[in-house]
Amino acid sequence: MQERVKLTDAQINKDLLRSMEENPLWYWLLVGALGLAVLVAFAAVAYMFNRGLGVTGLNRPVMWGFFITNFVFWIGISHAGVMLSAILRLVQAEWRRPATRAAEVLTVFSLMTAMTMPLIHAGRPWRVMYWVFPLDWARGVYPNVRSALVWDPSAVFTYLTSSILFVFIALIPDIAVARDRTTGWKHVLYSVLALGWRGSVRQWKLQLIAGILLSAVILPIFVSVHSIVSWDFAAAVSVEGWHSTVFAPYFVIGAVHSGVSAVVTVMIILRSMFKWQDYIRLEHLDALAKLLIVVATTWFFFFVLEFLFGLYSLEGPEIRLREMQVFEMPWAAFFVAFLVCSYFIPVPMWLFRSVRRSIPLMIFTTVLVNVGMWLERFIIIVPGLARKQGLTFTWGGYTPSAVEIIIVFATFCMVSMLVLLFAKVFPLIPIGDAKEGVVLEDEIKIGKVKVPAIMRED
Amino acid sequence: MTTNRISHKWGMVVDVDRCTGCQSCVVACQAENNIPINTEDVFRQRRAIQWIHVERYWEGEFPDVRARFIPVFCQHCENAPCEPVCPVYATYHNNQGMNVQVYNRCVGTRYCANNCTYNVRFFNYWEPVWPESLRNQLNPDVSMRSRGIMEKCSFNVQRLQKAQRVVEGQQGERLTDEKLKEGNYLPACVQACPTNALVFGDFLDPDSQVSHLKEEHLDGHGRGYKMLEHVGTEPNVIYLKKVDIHAKEVVKGHA
Repeated sequence: MQERVKLTDAQINKDLLRSMEENPLWYWLLVGALGLAVLVAFAAVAYMFNRGLGVTGLNRPVMWGFFITNFVFWIGISHAGVMLSAILRLVQAEWRRPATRAAEVLTVFSLMTAMTMPLIHAGRPWRVMYWVFPLDWARGVYPNVRSALVWDPSAVFTYLTSSILFVFIALIPDIAVARDRTTGWKHVLYSVLALGWRGSVRQWKLQLIAGILLSAVILPIFVSVHSIVSWDFAAAVSVEGWHSTVFAPYFVIGAVHSGVSAVVTVMIILRSMFKWQDYIRLEHLDALAKLLIVVATTWFFFFVLEFLFGLYSLEGPEIRLREMQVFEMPWAAFFVAFLVCSYFIPVPMWLFRSVRRSIPLMIFTTVLVNVGMWLERFIIIVPGLARKQGLTFTWGGYTPSAVEIIIVFATFCMVSMLVLLFAKVFPLIPIGDAKEGVVLEDEIKIGKVKVPAIMRED
Repeated sequence: MTTNRISHKWGMVVDVDRCTGCQSCVVACQAENNIPINTEDVFRQRRAIQWIHVERYWEGEFPDVRARFIPVFCQHCENAPCEPVCPVYATYHNNQGMNVQVYNRCVGTRYCANNCTYNVRFFNYWEPVWPESLRNQLNPDVSMRSRGIMEKCSFNVQRLQKAQRVVEGQQGERLTDEKLKEGNYLPACVQACPTNALVFGDFLDPDSQVSHLKEEHLDGHGRGYKMLEHVGTEPNVIYLKKVDIHAKEVVKGHA
């Protein structure tokens, strides 16, 4: 089977702009269905604002539930963008080319979605601006910088700004291609966004340098964002299951695990939707799955560490918390499902080349990983609160309400819808990068076999 | 002005041996602080608001079962875990040794309640409602809390302010601080306790009853302890252990 097809520039343009130029019925039906789900969730949020948080399943002591779990989950997904784009760009991994844009776009949209979660879960959402920004001039009350909840919006906003810049810098040459192929108001829009891109050598050079610089700048942000999210929990002295120093690296690597898996899922879906078989090739899935084996195993190591550290203290409430997580139904079922989904099924499967190159199996395993990772956040957050300290009289439980389930479900629809809409406006596979990849492609003769390779000019 | 006032360190001593679990402190607190009626539904939802509540624990195996109870309320920790985590300074420590809650600032992140060691912070999940017959019962000195706001025991700070206005004079014109001692300012729960299990006072006043109890029971070798002391919150509430004549052996703390 020949994986790499020789492609001309015209063919690349035609293929990669297909999502923008063709208007199939299924596309609008899909976007409409997703949009409907998002609208239902808007209604649910409005209902919640109107009636108060009583309509959720939250109680005392479980004051954080589905919303915060979902917040951490989407922040985690957002780590895929930088992982794939920045790190792989810096280490010059050639196979990243088709995946970068999808990963970056997923970053931006999942960050936006994640940000809504803590804002709507506040008791008085109309006042959250006083928490996020220093607005209380009149009374001189500024946000409390000692609080992890103030570090959170700073980190997330920084990350959002830099990843939007990152997407935009990489997008400029492609916007220019779109500009040249459109007329009317679209042409005007793309002309403005293309910032006068003419494709001169100097412009390409500047764009390349900007990309590399941003990659380097964004890396510390990437590590800090999920560390800070983990400190929301780790800095809480009174919750046994949260107060753990290993949380920051554990959360960051878990985020990369779920994020890269999500990118694989999205790539496979886009590939079949827009017939991009020649661009998102099996070798790319193969490479991503190999990366995932390493990431997943590192994450698993941190998980074992965190669990051991918890048991090592031999504190009564901590032991009871672990008992609840592991042995009490339904938490036991969640715990087993989480471990099996996020590690014990996917990783052994990825060890086989035939799995790494199988579209259905890859989509199965990567979706499984994210089911597991969502459960992971859930069984960290809720049992920790339900078994807080030794005053057993106030120990409790948590059952999510329909409102919470609808809103959480709709966040998935919202991210999918936004990615699809983005594909309508901008090319989701970097055209310039794809062309560059074709130019750099080469074949090396080793003995009698011709091996596909990539030239590098350094 | 407030900054010039002689500071106090208000605190409580709870003699668990005297507590009968009669819940009159709970009722007094509900009435004084405009806390909405806790219906059966609210208890089932685990959202009941009781700034002071009597926790009941069963000890032993049938037939040798004993009920233990202990009144739990905000411990006004010196090193309160709820204070640094609030992003909007809705909870902070005042110069009277109290952990105070500013309802106007609260946005309802509920982080303070998560971080409270004693689970004594209560969130208004629903808009509070009172039956029409109780409208005139509400205390005009205590602000009403709408839904979405965290609330907790305030040591009846409204009574402190009233006492300060009377004893220390208006506009910071301080008359004398001598009278602002125990007796002049008591929270409702302390007044209501029929067995005097709750003792309230100023720990900075060496002559106060709480200071004597602290000296006798906590600094000496008495029955005093602070709740969940190992967390390091340094509460301003001291509990005195129950005297158990049935105790067969001395309970050893775990190493």
